[in-house]
Amino acid sequence: MKDNIFAAVGRTFLEAVGFMGSVAIFLFEGLVQTFASAKIFPRSLRQIYVIGHKSLFLILLISLFCGMVLGLQGYYTLIKFGSVGFLGAVVSLSLIRELGPVLTAIMLTGRAGSSMTAEIGVMRITDQIDALDVMDINSMSYLVSPRLAASLVSFPLLTAVFDVVGIVGGYLTGVAMLNMNQGAYFYRISSSVSMDDIVCGFVKAVVFGLLVTTVCCHQGYYTHRRRDSVGPEAVGNATTSGVVISCVLILASDYVLTSIFL
Amino acid sequence: MASWDIRFDRLQAGYGERRVLTDVNGVLPGGAVSVILGGSGCGKSTLLRQIIGLSKPMGGSIVIGGQDISTMDRKAFRRLRRHMGVLFQDGALLGALTLGENAVLPLSEHLSLPKDLLRREALRVLSMVGLAEFIDYYPNELSGGMRKRAGLARAIVAEPRILLCDEPTSGLDPITAARMDDLLLSMHRHYPDMTIVVVSHDLDSLERIAGHVLVLRDGVSSFCGKLEELRKADDPYLRQFLRRDAGEVNDCGAQAMDGTVAASLKRWLES
Ligand SMILES: Nc1ncnc2c1ncn2[C@@H]1O[C@H](COP(=O)(O)OP(=O)(O)OP(=O)(O)O)[C@@H](O)[C@H]1O
Ligand SMILES: [Mg+2]
Repeated sequence: MKDNIFAAVGRTFLEAVGFMGSVAIFLFEGLVQTFASAKIFPRSLRQIYVIGHKSLFLILLISLFCGMVLGLQGYYTLIKFGSVGFLGAVVSLSLIRELGPVLTAIMLTGRAGSSMTAEIGVMRITDQIDALDVMDINSMSYLVSPRLAASLVSFPLLTAVFDVVGIVGGYLTGVAMLNMNQGAYFYRISSSVSMDDIVCGFVKAVVFGLLVTTVCCHQGYYTHRRRDSVGPEAVGNATTSGVVISCVLILASDYVLTSIFL
Repeated sequence: MASWDIRFDRLQAGYGERRVLTDVNGVLPGGAVSVILGGSGCGKSTLLRQIIGLSKPMGGSIVIGGQDISTMDRKAFRRLRRHMGVLFQDGALLGALTLGENAVLPLSEHLSLPKDLLRREALRVLSMVGLAEFIDYYPNELSGGMRKRAGLARAIVAEPRILLCDEPTSGLDPITAARMDDLLLSMHRHYPDMTIVVVSHDLDSLERIAGHVLVLRDGVSSFCGKLEELRKADDPYLRQFLRRDAGEVNDCGAQAMDGTVAASLKRWLES
C-alpha cells in the first residue's frame, strides 16, 4: 500500500486508541457480569484453582530465588557503606512495594494469562462461543467474569506469598549464609515497613490482576477479528500479543502507581 | 401454538467487505423439514448464521414467525432465539464439559433443576443419538461424527420450535447417517409444529427427509419449493446437481507432474 508516514502514524495511533477503548468496554462488561451472574461462585472457585493454586509452586520458587538474590546483592552493596544492618529494610521494601506485585503479575501472565487467551481463542474459532450465544448463555459471564473474579483473589494472595517467601530468601543469604545478625534483619523489617507500603503492594496486585486478565481474555475473545491471521495461527498470535501487551502494561502502570503512592 | 416459518427477502450477507450471499429469497415453511442444498462453500453455513443472528444482514430481511429479525431489538431477538436449537457444523461442544453436561447445557444454565434430573435428561437425549454410554466422556475423546451427534442431542434437548442443523450427516457412515435422518423424521412426527431446517449436500438424505428444498448457487437462491417440484424442474444446474454430474465446464482433473519434480521425487522414493 502506498502511504505516507503521517497516514501510517495516524492509523497506528487510532488503532491504539480503539484497542484501549475496546479493552475498557470489555473490562466494564466483565465486571458488570461478575455482579449480575448467580453462578459466579462455583465458576470462580474453579478459576481460582486454575490461576492461583496451579501457579503456587512457580511463585514459591521464583520468590525464594528473588529474595536470595536481593539478600546477596544488598549485602555486598550495603557493606561498602558499612550499613549491612539495613539489609532487612532493603529486601522487604523492594519486595513489598515493587518486585512482589510486578514479578508475580509477570509470572502469572505467562502461566495463567497465556492459557486464558489460548483456551478462549480456541473456543472462538471452533464456534463454541457462538454456541453459547445461541443458547442465550452470556459468554462474558460464562468465560470472562469468573476469571476476573478469580484474579482479584489470586493476584493479591500470590503477591503476599511472594513477599513472605522473598523475605525468607533474603534471610537465608543474609543471616544463614553471610552471618548477619538475625535480630537486626527482622528489626529493620518491622521498623521500616509501614502500612502504606503494604497497601501500595496490594493495590498494585489488584490492578495488575485486572489488567492481565482483561487483556488476555480480550485477545482470546476477539481471535476471529485478527487481521494478521486466521484459525489456529490466530490463536497463537493472540496468545503472544496477550502476553506481550500484558507485560508492557504491567510495567507502565507500575510506574504510574509508584508515582502516585510515593 | 402455531408453527414458525422462516422467510428470506432479497437477503444479502457476507464477511467484512465480501458478499457471500447476494440475493436469497424464499420461505422455509413452519412444521416441515426443509433442506438447504448447495455446493461446498456456497454460503449454506453463512445463511444459517444469519437465521440465528450471529451476524447482521447486509441487505434484505429475514422474517421468523412473522417477526422481522433484522429490525428487532436485541432483547426481543434473544427471547425468540431461545426457541431455536442449533447444531453447528463441527458440533461446537464445550471442550471443558463432559458429553452429558454439554447435552443439557441449555437446561442447566437457565433452570435450577436437581442434578439427577439433569442427568436423566442427558441420558434421554444422548440415547436418542446413540451415545448414552459416552455420557461421561469429553468431546475430545470422541470421533468427529460422534461429536456431531452429541451436538444434535444438545440442539434438541430443550424441544425448540425451530431446529437448525448444519450438515448433520456429513462425516457419518451411511448407516449412522440414515439413523440421523430417521431421528430427524421421528422428531418431525413427534413435534409436528417444529420447523426443521437441515443444511446438506447429501442427496440420499435429501430424498429421505426433505419436504421442502432451498437450493443455493453462487450466493443466490436458485430454487425454493417442494421436493417433487425440484425433481420436475428443468433448470440445467439443478438437474446436474441431482444427477451428481460434474458437467462440461470442468476445471478439476488430473494433470501430469513437472518432469524435474517427478525425477527428484522418484530419487527420494527409491533412496
Ligand atoms: N469467518 C469467515 N470470514 C470470511 N469469509 C468466510 C468466513 N466463513 C466463511 N467464509 C466464506 O464464505 C463462503 C461461504 O462459506 P460457508 O461456510 O457458508 O459455506 P458452506 O456452504 O457452509 O460450505 P460447506 O458445505 O463446505 O460447509 C466461503 O467462500 C468462505 O470462504
Ligand atoms: Mg458449512
